[in-house]
Amino acid sequence: MNIVVKPESRLLYEGAEWDFNTLMRVHDACAEIAGEELGLDWYPNRIEVISAEQMLDAYASTGLPLFYRHWSFGKHFAQHEALYRKGLRGLAYEIVINSDPCVSYVMEENTATMQALVIAHAAFGHNHFFKNNELFRQWTDAKGILDYLEFAKGYVQSCEEQHGELAVERVLDSAHALMNYGVHRHRRRAPDLLSEQKRERERREHDEKMYNVLWSTLPEKASQPAARGDEERRRALLQLPQENILYFLEKSAPRLAPWQREILRIVRNVAQYFHPQRQTKMMNEGCATYTHHRILTRLHEQGRISDGNMLEWLHSHSSVVMQPDFDDQRYSGMNPYALGFAMMEDIERICREPTTEDRQWFPDFAGCGDPMPILRHGWAEFRDESFILQFLSPALMRKLKLFHIVDDAGQPVLRVDAMHDERGYRRLRRSLAKQYDPAWQDPDIQVVDVDLGGDRKLILEHRVASGRLLEEQEARQVLRHLASLWSYDVLLREVDPVSGASLREHAVSPPR
Amino acid sequence: MQILDRRLNPSGRSLPNRQRFLRRAKSLVQEAVRDASAKRDIRSADEGGEVSIPLHGIREPSFHLGQGGIRDHVLPGNKEYKEGDEIPRPPGGGGGGGGSEGSPDGSGEDAFRFVLSREEFLSLFLDDLELPDMAKRRLVDGADPAWQRAGYSVSGTPANLSLARTMRNSLSRRIALRRPKPEEVEALEAEIAALEGQPDHAERVLALRAELEKQLLRTRRIPYIDPIDVRYRRFEPVPRPVAQAVMFCLMDVSGSMTEDMKDLAKRFYTLLYIFLQRRYKHVELVFIRHTHEASEVDEETFFHSRETGGTLVSTALEEMRKVVADRYPPNEWNIYAAQASDGDNAAGDSQKTARLLVDTILPACQYYAYIEVGREGEHGIPGFPRGPTDLWRTYEALVNAGAPLAMKKVRHRREIFQVFRELFAKRGVVEGATA
Repeated sequence: MNIVVKPESRLLYEGAEWDFNTLMRVHDACAEIAGEELGLDWYPNRIEVISAEQMLDAYASTGLPLFYRHWSFGKHFAQHEALYRKGLRGLAYEIVINSDPCVSYVMEENTATMQALVIAHAAFGHNHFFKNNELFRQWTDAKGILDYLEFAKGYVQSCEEQHGELAVERVLDSAHALMNYGVHRHRRRAPDLLSEQKRERERREHDEKMYNVLWSTLPEKASQPAARGDEERRRALLQLPQENILYFLEKSAPRLAPWQREILRIVRNVAQYFHPQRQTKMMNEGCATYTHHRILTRLHEQGRISDGNMLEWLHSHSSVVMQPDFDDQRYSGMNPYALGFAMMEDIERICREPTTEDRQWFPDFAGCGDPMPILRHGWAEFRDESFILQFLSPALMRKLKLFHIVDDAGQPVLRVDAMHDERGYRRLRRSLAKQYDPAWQDPDIQVVDVDLGGDRKLILEHRVASGRLLEEQEARQVLRHLASLWSYDVLLREVDPVSGASLREHAVSPPR
Repeated sequence: MQILDRRLNPSGRSLPNRQRFLRRAKSLVQEAVRDASAKRDIRSADEGGEVSIPLHGIREPSFHLGQGGIRDHVLPGNKEYKEGDEIPRPPGGGGGGGGSEGSPDGSGEDAFRFVLSREEFLSLFLDDLELPDMAKRRLVDGADPAWQRAGYSVSGTPANLSLARTMRNSLSRRIALRRPKPEEVEALEAEIAALEGQPDHAERVLALRAELEKQLLRTRRIPYIDPIDVRYRRFEPVPRPVAQAVMFCLMDVSGSMTEDMKDLAKRFYTLLYIFLQRRYKHVELVFIRHTHEASEVDEETFFHSRETGGTLVSTALEEMRKVVADRYPPNEWNIYAAQASDGDNAAGDSQKTARLLVDTILPACQYYAYIEVGREGEHGIPGFPRGPTDLWRTYEALVNAGAPLAMKKVRHRREIFQVFRELFAKRGVVEGATA
């Protein structure tokens, strides 16, 4: 690529100042490299410049630009604000939203170099990931999300007007408590958020059309003991067992009003939208960090970023991908940026200059020369857990000096189960992958039965893995929320998946 | 590719969420505000500030795994461990591992800290306080009346034209006077046009023409809208009741009052002033200081200039009576008085003070509070080492006889908020309001 440009006009910007033209130039320069050299494929970009306060705002509502109102967002805002004001915590340089067009928020305080970093990172790295990763393609609807959020906000507000803030808040509280269990993990139908609004409107119109006040004057029928139905049939009717608790409540809770069901649905849809992000956090950041590293390095090589600015972004880059050791005071878990970036670089190394070991471990691409097809394939087809299982190399495990300890509460000491040596690589890799799998990290709780013939008790089961029971206090609080939505007693059994023995039970009655 | 500037968007988008949060955590925040206010300086009493509330009250629960069972951790930065090594469990449970555990939103501490604005702080602090419920409202004339709708009138400005009412009048007049409708005229014209030129209908056409002529004349005579139809919305000035208050600050400035005591008194006055300001649109301040004689002074002099002399409380009350009679007729003003003193009074003055208070001052006042300030540490053993002061005894007798007088003792500035709260607590929610 030989573009003849006069030397003095090669720099995209000088100093720290920037204006919209600078952003535009930077974006176009990044696009050139991202497209031709990296072969990325992205949604059209929309870059929005915001102030620090707006950034705090966006933080508080889980990064979404507009959201319904709830006290918990106020709480998060107050928390972030207090930390930010004291200088205990800086703000993110950007927030990027999985939407089409892809919206990136950049802070007005950023220097020109930071804006370049942010654009390369978010507007190309994350953007490519959102558009291409299979999970996002399957589970989220980037086109519909902004309109859906708008609808959700309006809908919740109209509910507040009709039924009062408190009533709405109660439903939202309960729904939020169950948000992690508002996700279909195995569905393969792409969501269509645009039709959600239409669906809600049609339902309401239908209800209003069908409403006849005469029916409300009928005396309630004395409840007749339902015949003990076929258990299998009942469970099939209610789609039991059901891992999506919010879905189950929306469809089957006996005493919810239509608007309450709709609110459960909104919370569920939002949870579903965020579900892929949890499963791909490490890869997503790795992809974005690798992308900005490649793009900015190339811009510098082309003489479009000055040496000083190169050092500036390298400084923030290296603090972002810093991984403190486990015994370091700063250690707070694996840094997704660090591991992600290290893995991407490692794949690049394996493609370009593989060792014998690499050839053994990755025969299908070691030494293939160009890492981009491999990376693009990885970014599209994997999630954190499977990506680690597939691509984490012994060399990287050695470099990070990973080791695996087992903490058995029944034993007086911790045991080192595997380390970065020949015997440990595979086990180490498996355990690390497991650590990135939400299915292993979240308690596995499902609705298993409803006593329809008797007192309508809802029965849930927690299949206990590795003998780890639920935190009792909090579990009871969540169950209270669940009971208030279900309106009848709720029982949560913690069972051993092997023997089927009940380890502990929590029973909660709905608040009167 | 699009670049948007969102900085100009209205800020404070998170305000509704914040209000919901404060409402939700109200009782907790209120407690925290009370705790915080006990510690803080009164000069900053009406500023916002950081408060911290216990986290458990505003937790958002979710299912989490508890302690126990078998956990796996993969950690970076191995230095000396080999496979099969056993490591003593680090103190405090999770220790070196536990990266994925901990609280969900990174708030590991058990207190939640955040910053309240001045408005929020005050409204929470003063929330369950109330003024004695006998506020008088005065009708001020002229100044800034409220305008109220008062029916319709036949005259007015075009801006106040009531179109609906005008058209209604016009319609009923047109019906009553049988003004031909445009359709009727058109129908006639159409019929004429249809029949014209046909010889056997000539007579009919003639009749129709005459009829049309008549109709058109009638249409011209009876206008579509007549000036008598026109109505205007009428507005009437209504005198707006104005609640106004005057606050009297009475203080003994004789030599026995130290700077500390004055400072205590000042703190109390400030609080009362803030409180009144929130309840009344218009609050005036009157400062009366006294030694053996009393005078009305400005604020600066009141708090800072030194005086010497004896102590005659009655002089201050007399001065107050004069000022009230001069400028603040009790039927127009809500009068609040707060008196601060170390409790000294000349021996012969008590009688006179009591009489003045009961006969003239108290009947005129909404509220009269007496704050007895003392030195810090003056009360080593519970109760006063010196026993009740002269003034305290005098006032206590009045209170026992049923006079509407509030009295409190204050020794330290951290007690000020508490005392203030007790004085103004809503009836029924007085928390252990004993002196």
